[in-house]
Amino acid sequence: MRALKAFFRSPPAIIGLLLVLAVVVMGLVAPVLYPNDPLGLAGRPLQWPGANPRFPLGTDPSGRDIAAQLFHGARISLLIGFVATSIAVAIGILVGALAGFYGGVTDTVLMRVTEAFQTLPNFLLLLVLVAVFGSTLEVVTVAIGLVSWPPVARLTRAEFLSLRTREFVHAARIQGLPDWHLIFREVLPNALPPVIVYASVVMAVAILLESSLAFLQLSDPNVPSWGNLIGLGRSVLRTEWYVSAIPGVAILLSILGVSLLGQGLNDALNPRLAPR
Amino acid sequence: MTGLRIDNLAIRLPKGGDRTHALSGITLAVAPGEILCVVGESGSGKSVTASAVMGLLAPGLMVEQGSVTLNGQDLLALTPEQWRTTRGERIAMVFQEPMTALNPLMTVGRQLAEMWIVHRGLSRRDALARAEAALTEVQLPDPAGALNAFPHELSGGQRQRVMIAMALALEPELLICDEPTTALDVTTQAQVLTLIRDLQRRHNTAVMFITHDFGVVAEIADRVAVMQLGRLVEEGPAAQVLKAPQHPYTQALLAAVPPLNAPAARLAGSGEPVLELDGLTKTYASRGIFRRRKPVRALDGISATLRRGTTLGIVGESGSGKSTLARCVVGLMGLDGGAIRIAGRPLPPDRQKAAHLAQMVFQDPYASLNPRRSVGAQVAQGPIAAGTPRDAAWAEARRLFSLVGLDPDSVRRYPHEFSGGQRQRIGIARALAMKPEVLVADEPVSALDVSVQAQVLALLRELQAQLGLSILFITHDLRVAAQLCDEVVVMQNGRVAEAGPVAEVFTNPRHAYTQSLLAAVPGRAVLEG
Repeated sequence: MRALKAFFRSPPAIIGLLLVLAVVVMGLVAPVLYPNDPLGLAGRPLQWPGANPRFPLGTDPSGRDIAAQLFHGARISLLIGFVATSIAVAIGILVGALAGFYGGVTDTVLMRVTEAFQTLPNFLLLLVLVAVFGSTLEVVTVAIGLVSWPPVARLTRAEFLSLRTREFVHAARIQGLPDWHLIFREVLPNALPPVIVYASVVMAVAILLESSLAFLQLSDPNVPSWGNLIGLGRSVLRTEWYVSAIPGVAILLSILGVSLLGQGLNDALNPRLAPR
Repeated sequence: MTGLRIDNLAIRLPKGGDRTHALSGITLAVAPGEILCVVGESGSGKSVTASAVMGLLAPGLMVEQGSVTLNGQDLLALTPEQWRTTRGERIAMVFQEPMTALNPLMTVGRQLAEMWIVHRGLSRRDALARAEAALTEVQLPDPAGALNAFPHELSGGQRQRVMIAMALALEPELLICDEPTTALDVTTQAQVLTLIRDLQRRHNTAVMFITHDFGVVAEIADRVAVMQLGRLVEEGPAAQVLKAPQHPYTQALLAAVPPLNAPAARLAGSGEPVLELDGLTKTYASRGIFRRRKPVRALDGISATLRRGTTLGIVGESGSGKSTLARCVVGLMGLDGGAIRIAGRPLPPDRQKAAHLAQMVFQDPYASLNPRRSVGAQVAQGPIAAGTPRDAAWAEARRLFSLVGLDPDSVRRYPHEFSGGQRQRIGIARALAMKPEVLVADEPVSALDVSVQAQVLALLRELQAQLGLSILFITHDLRVAAQLCDEVVVMQNGRVAEAGPVAEVFTNPRHAYTQSLLAAVPGRAVLEG
């Protein structure tokens, strides 16, 4: 209750929430507004936005409706964002919590594995995964999650390292509580705020990574993603720049929304920052 | 008009606080060569007064009226440019924690020499020569060596001496000391107080000394100003304020200072030993490839016995191993040698079984409660993990809350809604929830104001009488030990220096270390005389 109040008192958080909600609504109304296949041919290619009232945002080089792709693309971006972030955060928290809480050999082994993942540029790793396992939507999503967890793990570990020696953790230990309680009930809630904020970064990066893949035409070509649309506009970037710019603005605004939302959540979830 | 004069100063707090003014109508004067002690509990406004004089008011605080003058010059009218030359040259400050006030990456000599290089334009060599002289004056054991030392290589007392040398480097007219000895051991504190007194006399400096400790006041003050909630309640010569306080608040504060002479021996429980420590040893070895530091023997053959229903005090300075001992008894740390027996049995390695044998109350009321869980949950979680049904555990938590003097309905609240003293009560309730054989209290009152401290000590005594608690009480404060303990063990460098009934040890100390500890207790002559 108190957290909610604090959240709604912060203008950036509300803007973030509105932007994310806008993307969600776009995804929800897409099948109603554009019941036909957004990848189907709709009209003459490369019509400028506003030139034809049937296509308020114009058509792409293949003659497909950009507005339809934008609305349907919102679903794909959100899906990839949420699922890939959940995978990355789950792996990252688990690895980081175990390494930070137990220390010693556990920490050394887990951190060397994390570093192995981190030393590879994550986009290259993503390309390899997609090249090996194919470029369906599922593979792309899981692959993005798999390349995004190391920073989450390092962040969680750092928080755990400083929190595990706090007196309240000692107190719980002396009370005879098992390790899982110490990790998940005592330490994790206190370690979570920076991880939540970072999760919004991961989500933004996940959306971007998919767009980058699509730009290289390595993402799933059978789904109407924003990245695919930018990729399609690449060849006509100098003359019909709107083909790439419109989905680009959509990506920009949704990433901004996700980041503001994450920051707002952090401020609201912290009981010490909340006004009484 | 010489010295510092504060006239009718009022400072407004930002809106929405628990009061409108940080200071209201403060009038104070410090003459050259005089030490004025400003005493008060946390929130009394004593630190705000100091920062107003230094021109370092926190953002949001605003001077509403009044004036601050130093030797006739209005300090409140200074520009930032003028402040830069005033601070350091005319007004200097010594802080509570010297480690945070010194640059960890610069040698002591360079930091000290900078004072003369920046303010007086001396050459590096001359400045270093001055620095060495200054370190000699503050009686650092090896001044030439200390010049090349980094702050972390000095002890806390030595760092505070360096800070004093730095503060006095440019012969300021006013020296502000903000709790400069609070973080120091009692013997070091006594030395630093003597040093400040000597130097201040020699340089004829006006000193404004901020403290919460009446013992320190008795040692050092010429005049005393007592503050409460932003107001000055009493001011006068030290002897008068300490011996014949006029204001009820001053009287209450002085009454809360625990007397050093122990009360008459109480009935000492059933006499059956509940906690036996037998030849405990614990060594901290430095890890890593480069074993530069020597291993430290934190516990070196400690033996002691706590009898049921009594309190055994462990007293000693920092580094004596008393906290290590506490941690070993509750099983947070393993032993290298020796044995701990609670109620005749060795401490089991299984955490859950050990939980019913020993529980601990921690020092820092702000760090010992999880800020993100309700306080009731933190009290009830132990019994729940041990198999008590949820409802019964929560009912027990509410009962314990009223037992320690808190509202039972506050179990649903979060730690930040409680004051330091209340949090310490929650910590006690949490420990009692496990119904332990032994309660280990690690400096439970040293972070609290003196009046709150008295309340928590009274609570512990009451609970002991009511529940027959056996308490292992760790403290550095001999006054507190005298009030609560039946027997004491004086620890020095991991060994037992002296042990026995508290009245005997404190009135007739046989070991030289115990004697020096007792002699260093601040304010003994005045407050006990």
